[in-house]
Amino acid sequence: MLYSIGKDSSVMLHLARKAFFPGRLPFPLMHVDTTWKFSEMIAFRDETARRLELDLIVHINPEGAARGIDPIRSGSALHTQVMKTEGLKQALDKHGFDAAFGGARRDEEKSRAKERVFSFRDEHHGWDPRQQRPELWSLYNTKLRPGTSLRVFPLSNWTEYDVWDYILDQNIPVVPLYFAKPRPVVRRSGTWIMVDDDRLTLAPEEMVEVRSVRFRTLGCYPLSGAIESQASTLPEIIAEMRAARTSEREGRLIDSDDNASMEKKKREGYF
Amino acid sequence: MGAPRPTADRDLLRFLACGSVDDGKSTLIGRLLYETASIFDDQLAALARDSRTHGTIGDEIDLSLLMDGLEAERQQGITIDVAYRYFSTPRRNFIVADTPGHEQYTRNMATGASTADLAVILVDARKGVLVQTRRHSYICSLLGIRHIVLAVNKMDLVDFDESRFSEIVADYLRFAEPMGFAEITAIPLAARHGDNVVAPSPRTPWYDGPMLLSHLEDAARGADAAQAPVRFPVQWVNRPNADFRGFSGTLVSGRLAAGDTLAVAASGTTGRVARIVTAEGDLGAAEAGDAITLVLDREIDIARGDVLVAPDAPGHLADQFAAHVVWMSEEALLPGRSYLMRAGTQWLPVSVTAIKHKVDVNTLSHLAASRLELNEIGMCNLAAAKAFALDAYSDNRATGSFIIVDRFSFATVGAGMIDFPLRRATNIRREFLAVDKAAHAASKGQKPLIIWFTGLSGSGKSTIAKALERRLYAAGRHTYMLDGDNLRHGLNRDLGFTEADRVENVRRAGEVARLFVDAGLIVICAFISPFKAERELVRGLVAEDEFIEIFVDTPIKVCMERDPKGLYAKAKAGKLVNFTGIDSPYEAPDSPELRLDTSNIDVDTLAEQIVQFLAARSGD
Repeated sequence: MLYSIGKDSSVMLHLARKAFFPGRLPFPLMHVDTTWKFSEMIAFRDETARRLELDLIVHINPEGAARGIDPIRSGSALHTQVMKTEGLKQALDKHGFDAAFGGARRDEEKSRAKERVFSFRDEHHGWDPRQQRPELWSLYNTKLRPGTSLRVFPLSNWTEYDVWDYILDQNIPVVPLYFAKPRPVVRRSGTWIMVDDDRLTLAPEEMVEVRSVRFRTLGCYPLSGAIESQASTLPEIIAEMRAARTSEREGRLIDSDDNASMEKKKREGYF
Repeated sequence: MGAPRPTADRDLLRFLACGSVDDGKSTLIGRLLYETASIFDDQLAALARDSRTHGTIGDEIDLSLLMDGLEAERQQGITIDVAYRYFSTPRRNFIVADTPGHEQYTRNMATGASTADLAVILVDARKGVLVQTRRHSYICSLLGIRHIVLAVNKMDLVDFDESRFSEIVADYLRFAEPMGFAEITAIPLAARHGDNVVAPSPRTPWYDGPMLLSHLEDAARGADAAQAPVRFPVQWVNRPNADFRGFSGTLVSGRLAAGDTLAVAASGTTGRVARIVTAEGDLGAAEAGDAITLVLDREIDIARGDVLVAPDAPGHLADQFAAHVVWMSEEALLPGRSYLMRAGTQWLPVSVTAIKHKVDVNTLSHLAASRLELNEIGMCNLAAAKAFALDAYSDNRATGSFIIVDRFSFATVGAGMIDFPLRRATNIRREFLAVDKAAHAASKGQKPLIIWFTGLSGSGKSTIAKALERRLYAAGRHTYMLDGDNLRHGLNRDLGFTEADRVENVRRAGEVARLFVDAGLIVICAFISPFKAERELVRGLVAEDEFIEIFVDTPIKVCMERDPKGLYAKAKAGKLVNFTGIDSPYEAPDSPELRLDTSNIDVDTLAEQIVQFLAARSGD
């Protein structure tokens, strides 16, 4: 199970533990670490693995790390390609997994709206939207030829509302970054970027301010935009989301390159 | 206004929207999303940008672009695959499947319809009811949708003319009558401008029916699965330790409570529900849709794929059944060919034994067919490798549906809706034979085998096979040779050379070979047998070590030069059709037990090579 530490991963993990109860999860969790995640995410990941006694695999693309790929100087596109997409492919190949669960939802983005629940990937982890297996009822085709694999998205039909309502209903722990708190941030590309450590180099005109902010989605900290908010509890977050006029992915810098960018990334093997 | 209820407490309606190209389907769905404030500002901004690049309606925002997700579609301006969209009102959550209208994408419509409770069928007010409308309606009825909204769109282009609307509705009701829908609601719309989507349009004062959105909020859902008899397909045997053995899965229909008796469909063995386990504690009762783990009061043999059923309404147990099959592959469905079937939580080999008829989806008439092509729908008899629990699709969507998967590409090639079980399997019991296979083999002092030669016409199969048989006979073996040409003079006299007939030819030869193996013989078979699926079918008829595939790998160039029967010459001259290697494919084996290269080696050496191979094999 791909574990990205975010709210969707938290829900997916919770569902999996419930599904196998009283048995334990019969598969490991895997986090593809870009080394640029918020430090609170890493702390939450390790704490979760310890608390729930999970088998956690952490993979960092060693070549990317050696080349010093980072989201600021290398650019978000290259960083995502090397540290996320390539890193994920390496990790899946290394462990020879036939299938990997992911927390993606169809409501997130247009090309995801046509994604299958059981999404077939070729020998190169590529996704071909024209060659998808028809998916009827809940009869999933799990048959694979050697070398091919499946990405499985159990939350396909959930919306952002469903995710938060369920977190509230089931009292599922999530990374504290989702809750508003005064944090050091800098204005960049029309959004607030958190200064999570001293690797974030500032342009001369950029000033670090402390503002009450929170995140709707989490990724690499230099690529994740925060929103100004006072919502510090789950009911407040849900109320704020219902009033929101922008989508959760707006804060993600990787999506805005051009509109088909997600489809391109998915064809190349991005989750 | 109070806070909206949490989405988890609201009910969900899944519906699909279908229409022909340019009926304005994507625009209508875009309109529903827009009106329910399900589109965010940044998405609207992107839409405004896209409308200028790809849009077809000038400076206005083109709501259809919201739906057409993939690059290829945007360029062509058409929807090529099912897309799912989500919106909600304070009363209901909705998942809408946007399905394409072109004929070649019937499979996508079936996919969208398989999980829908209701269908919105679009008709362009200018064009009225088209053949496509009939096709869409038929597929909806076939997939079990009972509620239809006839959305007569683009009313603005017919000046909101009441008589035009009435004419279309009357047309539709006439042809939809035999499809047996529970409810048909017709609404005059102009999706692009929002008329009658949310608020009554001042331009249709003559219309006093429901608005589209409020109708979707009120519409009855499909049959209530909780009212049907209990069906619990076992997904997983949950054994965390020696003290706990539970059966995990989703209750697909019915209600059950602790203390209820359940039966294993395949064996009829019964047990009582001791506990209904969930992570949140044991439940007293569960109903359709609940994911649960059942603990029974006694040890019963139950595995993944088994179905636990209500003992007083157990459904059917059959290995042969009749079903409507929607074919979804470029490669046609051939009767006799072996496929894989997924039904519930189990996989079984399956083949179509007969195509009773195919359905012309435009006229609903029945046509004779020997194969089903892509996007064709046929009423078929099927045979699975063993009996399994099934219901008619009209009684239970979950236990009446199946998918068909190709054994080699593993692509999903078909989907089926079961009509009824066929009783012939239960009336014919296998007779217990007085002298069994082992006894026959022992009396002959040999291990029975099928030695199967495959290869192109003229590759040398029969010549080598004959040389081999002479050697085995000389060594005191009991053999029999089945030759393709010889069988076509008798047993297979009724078969030609179409793909379907070739499949049947090999299936019959395989069955005969199996009987001879039962009789203790070494059966030497020489058949072109061009398709992998049928060779694998024959392999599956006997024990794993009783089938030896020998690929006579003679290049087609050499076969054509030899042309012992003059057939290649005829085929090239166009006097012979469906000739393997010329206008009919040959699928070479991936891993035959033995591969023979005949180019430079004489027949006796090759036969000897096989004898050596057999000796080495039995020496293991």
